[in-house]
Amino acid sequence: MATVLIYSDKASMALELLTAAREVGAAAVKAVTINDNAAAQDLVGAGAEVFAIDNDAINLADTAAVASALAQAIEQLGTDVVFLSSNRRGKEVAGRLAQIIQAGCLTDVTALQSNGDQIECQRNALGGATVATQTITEAKKVIAIRPRTFEAAAAGSAGSLNDLSVEAKPSAVKLVEVRSKAGDSVDIEAAEILVVVGQGMESQDDLPLAQELAKKLGGEVACSKPVATDKKWLSEERIVGLSGKKCKPQLALLFGISGQVQFTVGIRDARVIASINTDENASMNQMSDYIMTADLKQVLADLNKAL
Amino acid sequence: MNIVVALKQVPDLQQIRLRNRQPVLDDVPLTLGNIDKNALEAAVALKEAQGGNVIALSAGDENIEDTIKEALAAGADEAFLVADDQLQGAESSWIATVLAEAVKKIDQVDLLLFGEGSADNYSGQVGSRVAEILGWPQVAYAINIEVNGSTATVTRSLEDCDEIVEVSLPAVITVLSDINEARIPSVTQILKAGKKPKEVLELDDLDVELPDGSPVETISNLAPDSQRKKVVVKTVDELLQALAAEGVIRR
Repeated sequence: MATVLIYSDKASMALELLTAAREVGAAAVKAVTINDNAAAQDLVGAGAEVFAIDNDAINLADTAAVASALAQAIEQLGTDVVFLSSNRRGKEVAGRLAQIIQAGCLTDVTALQSNGDQIECQRNALGGATVATQTITEAKKVIAIRPRTFEAAAAGSAGSLNDLSVEAKPSAVKLVEVRSKAGDSVDIEAAEILVVVGQGMESQDDLPLAQELAKKLGGEVACSKPVATDKKWLSEERIVGLSGKKCKPQLALLFGISGQVQFTVGIRDARVIASINTDENASMNQMSDYIMTADLKQVLADLNKAL
Repeated sequence: MNIVVALKQVPDLQQIRLRNRQPVLDDVPLTLGNIDKNALEAAVALKEAQGGNVIALSAGDENIEDTIKEALAAGADEAFLVADDQLQGAESSWIATVLAEAVKKIDQVDLLLFGEGSADNYSGQVGSRVAEILGWPQVAYAINIEVNGSTATVTRSLEDCDEIVEVSLPAVITVLSDINEARIPSVTQILKAGKKPKEVLELDDLDVELPDGSPVETISNLAPDSQRKKVVVKTVDELLQALAAEGVIRR
């Protein structure tokens, strides 16, 4: 298969893309970094052929500048296939880069398989109700892969570090300030056990019971979107679903989750799903291994007592 | 200030049924994307604060003339539509070309807003592609937009931080649903929506010709094969026994 160019603004995700490119059988992998020596060193350490762009006029907040730099790299390195990370920064760049180089583009890709010259990509469609398998028929392809789809490439025999020079136009986007997100830096994607709270939970007073249970199980509390954005009981870092995190825990214990597709897309890869609901007809029950119809507060209290 | 909001006509996802893992789209009503409605709300809020004109832009099949009434009821002043049956389910790059050509036909656009992704495909490409075609700067994932003369100050929400950027206008901005709560139009607004001005073009009017083959080919599109046990448990004790037997908890 063709040579693959990889880029992510995050070094850890660039290392995942390196694994992805190797696994689909890329003839060669060329990793591009922009104003990030540490990432370039990490990639070299993992055996990549790195092309480091060092140009103060390129500001990562200016997507047009990043896309233009990558398009120039693609031109200079003669690659047709680009893997980006499908984090927000990567998705924003993907469309713009694809437009410049006249490529077909797929984002939020959750699995890749090479089939001859084609790369078959899986991604959610219809709001997560279905999983589509798609290929880009254009020669030029931009594929943005969801973070954590592949393991980060481990350090190994050293690759090479090369400088790459690109031009930058005056920027129309000025970075004024960066604010770190307040407080909660929980990583629910890394948790082996999730206690997930949905709108079926009647009172915020019951939330500590869920937190106690998560603690006892060595897991984390997560929630459906409305619990964080409408009710504001929990931080947005804890949202599971299409617009939140896609989690693959060993166990998901769901409390008061009705089972809308926008939610289930984020939990359907869990190994075991137990759903506790007051409504025995909740559609979540059809997608669960263990189903219990009971008062949520009582079940939480009993579980905490038993564990 | 002219604010254009691009909205996508999509099947109402809540009403899609699955049959043998195949999505059944027959008779599913059409609506506008949820995040698109947040983009519209952001535009209407800017207009209410600073004056201006909000134009709802959409490209879709002939149903779009009806579907767009939702946006006119929710505060758009007029609609600019490209209605052509070739556009039904058209690929992102094609839609981007059509929308960009349509924007070129609208006078003095200061801001072009999108939702961060469409409700159905959620690829998040179209805003970025349109920005590139127009040669405009862009800021995606906005949770706040303030316009000050010839620039806008926008808060871009990334996974680990918020970035406050100043972007020169005209610009493309895509919004997160967190930016606001879209208003629900009143009955009077819904009744008035049908009388608001609409300009409807076809692809020929834009000199856009769609290529023959799509740049993206869909091999299959099926609901995931969910093989869950669906065991009903009656007591907490039974639940714990089952989970212990699965090896996911220790008792």
